[in-house]
Amino acid sequence: MKDWNILLVDDEEEFVQTLCERLDLRGLACRVALDGEAGLKMMDEAEPDVVVLDMFMPGLKGLEVLKLIRQRHPKVQVILLTGQGATKDGMDGMKLGAFDYMIKPLSIDDLTAKIAEAVKTARA
Amino acid sequence: MLGDIFTRHFRDLHTSDDAISPERYDTLKRKIVGLMAVVTLLPLLLMAGINFTEFQSTMSREVQNPLRVLLGKTRNTIDLFLAERTSTVAFIAQAYSFQELSDERNLGRIFRVMRKEFEGFVDLGLIDAQGHQVSYVGPYDLKGRDYSGQDWFAQVRVNGKYISDVFLGFRNLPHVVIAMQHISESGETWILRATLDTRQFDKIISAMGLEPGSDAFLVNRKGVLQTGSYLYGNVLEKCPLPLPPVSFEAQVVPATDPSGRELYLSYAYFPNTDLVIMAAKPKVGALTAWYNLRGDLLVVFLAGVVAIFFVVSKFTGLLLNRMRESEERRALAFRQVEHAQKLSSIGRLAAGVAHEINNPLAIINEKAGLMKDLLGLQEDFPGKSKFGTQVEAIIKAVERCRGITHRMLGFARRMDVKIEGLNLNEVIEETSGFLAREAEHRNVTLSLDLNPELSRIESDRGQLQQVILNILNNALAAIPDRGQITVKTWNQDREHVGLSIQDNGCGMSEDTLKCIFEPFFTTKRGKGTGLGLSITYGIIKRLGGEVSVHSQEQVGSTFTVTLPVMAPPSAAVEAQ
Repeated sequence: MKDWNILLVDDEEEFVQTLCERLDLRGLACRVALDGEAGLKMMDEAEPDVVVLDMFMPGLKGLEVLKLIRQRHPKVQVILLTGQGATKDGMDGMKLGAFDYMIKPLSIDDLTAKIAEAVKTARA
Repeated sequence: MLGDIFTRHFRDLHTSDDAISPERYDTLKRKIVGLMAVVTLLPLLLMAGINFTEFQSTMSREVQNPLRVLLGKTRNTIDLFLAERTSTVAFIAQAYSFQELSDERNLGRIFRVMRKEFEGFVDLGLIDAQGHQVSYVGPYDLKGRDYSGQDWFAQVRVNGKYISDVFLGFRNLPHVVIAMQHISESGETWILRATLDTRQFDKIISAMGLEPGSDAFLVNRKGVLQTGSYLYGNVLEKCPLPLPPVSFEAQVVPATDPSGRELYLSYAYFPNTDLVIMAAKPKVGALTAWYNLRGDLLVVFLAGVVAIFFVVSKFTGLLLNRMRESEERRALAFRQVEHAQKLSSIGRLAAGVAHEINNPLAIINEKAGLMKDLLGLQEDFPGKSKFGTQVEAIIKAVERCRGITHRMLGFARRMDVKIEGLNLNEVIEETSGFLAREAEHRNVTLSLDLNPELSRIESDRGQLQQVILNILNNALAAIPDRGQITVKTWNQDREHVGLSIQDNGCGMSEDTLKCIFEPFFTTKRGKGTGLGLSITYGIIKRLGGEVSVHSQEQVGSTFTVTLPVMAPPSAAVEAQ
C-alpha cells in the first residue's frame, strides 16, 4: 500500500501532522499542507491519488480548493473533512465532485477505508 | 372635533401596539355599547317624542272638533228656537190691535195656534203701558198682575224687545220670558208677553247625544245655570266653572273644574241673549283610546330599547371577543416568533461552540489514536496495559464529546425545515440522548422499545426532534425520581407509523387534559412558557400527523403520535 499517495490539507497543524503520522503507520504515504494554496502547489509538484481536505480554512476555503482541484487534477479524488457536523456542507461538496465527506473527530479506520475506496476509484 | 373625541375614547381601536388588557376591553365594550345605544336610541327617542306629541295633538283635535261642531249646532238650534218664538210673539204683537188682544177669547185662539205651531209656549199675556196684565191665557192666574216695577218691563219699554234669562217669577217655576212692545200709529203702546218652558232647552241639549260622562248646559253671563247640569248643579244655581272669554263661535278650551277634573270645555255665546251654552267633556273618558295607545307605544318603545341594548351588547361582545381572540393569536404568533428566534440564537451558539470544540477534539482524538497506534507497535513493557487503558479512556471520552457536539449541531439544524426520508427510531435515539444524562442523575429509566421493522418516513428531522424532546421533557417533569419512561414505535398501518411516550408520573386531571395543547397553559408555574405542547401540537399537525393523550392521576400519562409515511404536500411546500 505504500505506493498510495495521500495529501492532507488542514490548517490545524497538530491535527494534520498526527493524522499523517497515523496514516504513515498504516503504510500510507502522506504529505501535509497547512492551507489551500500550499496544497495546490504541492499537487502541481506531484499529483496525489487522494486529497483529504478540510472545508474551513483561512485563505482559500475547502470548496474553492475542491473546484480548483477538479479543474486542474480531474483524476484526483477528494475526501472532505468538516468540523461543523452539518451534512449540508458535505452534500454541497459531493455536488462539486468530492468523493465523500467525513465529520471530525474522525475514526481512523473509517478514514483509511474511505481512502482505499478513493484510491481504487482514482486508479480505475 | 367629533373625530378627536372619538379617537380619544376609542384609542384602543386605533392602536396596534400592545395587547389590550381585559379591563380595557371591558371599558371599550361599555363605551361602544354606550355610543351605539346613544346613536340608535336618540333618533328612536326623538321619533317617539314627535310621534307622541303629534299623536296627542291629533287625538286632541279629533276629540275637540266634533265637540265644537256639535256645540255650534246646538247653539244654533237654541238660537233658532228663541228667534222663531221671538218672531212669532213680535208678529202677533204687530198683527193684532190692543183691543183684539185684550179679548181673552181672541188671545186664547191665538195662543192655541201658537202652541200648535211652535212648541214650548206656556202662556201669553197682554200688558198695557202701565204694566198691568190686561188679558192672559195660560195655566196660571196672572191676570191683573202689575209688572211696572220689574226690570224686564223697564227694559222692554226702552228696547222694545226683551228676552229674559231663566227665572222663577210669580209662578215659582223656571221659565223664560219673551216680551215685545208694540207702538201703534196713534202712539198707543202695549206689551205682548209670552213665557217659554225651559224644558225645551233640556230637550235640545239632550238631543246632542253626548257620551256618558259628558255634560252640556246653558248659563247666563252671570254664570248662573239656565238648565240643569248633572255635573255642576241644578237650574239657577251658580255654575262653578268660570266663564270663558266671549266668543260667538264655538270654542274648545282645556279647563279644570273645582273637583280637579281635567276636561275639554266647549262653549259659545248667544249673540241676542245673555245665554252661553257650555259642554264639558272629561279628558279621561275622551282620551281613553289615546291613553291605551300611549301605554302600548310605551311598551313597544321599552321593548325596542331593551332589544337594542341586548343586540348591541351581544354584538359588541361578540366582535370584541373576536378582536380579543385575534389579538391573542397575534400575541401568540409574536411570542412564537420570539421563541423561535431565541431557539435559533441558541442553535447558532450551539453550532459555533460545537465547531470550536470539534477541532481541538479532533486533535485529542488523533493524538490519543497515535498513542494507541504507537503502543500497539511497542513490545510489552511494565504498565503497557494500564497505559493502553488510559488511552482507550481518552478515546472514549472524545467519542462522548463527539456525540454531544453532534447533538448540539443537530439542534442547530432543527431551524432549517427539511423534509427527508428518515428513520423515526434514529431520531428518537438521537433525541433521547439529550436527556439521558438527566435521566441517569434522577435514576429514571428511559427505555426504548423501538420496532426494528419500522417504515422509513418522509418528515422533518429537526421538527420531530423538537416534538420528541418536548414530550420527553414533560414526562421527565411529571415523574418522580426512579420513575419510568417508555418510548415505543410501531407500524400503525401501511401509511402511518406510531410513537408513544409513556410515563408513570403524577398524571393529569381532566381539566388539565382539556387545556393541555392550548398556548400559555402551564402547570410548571414560573418555569414553563406554556408553549411547548402547543408548539408540539402545531408541528405534528403541520407534518400531517395526529397527537392524543391519555392520562390518569397518580398513574401516569401516555402521549401517542401517529405520523404519515409520506409527508403531506403542505409540509413539503413549507420545507421549500
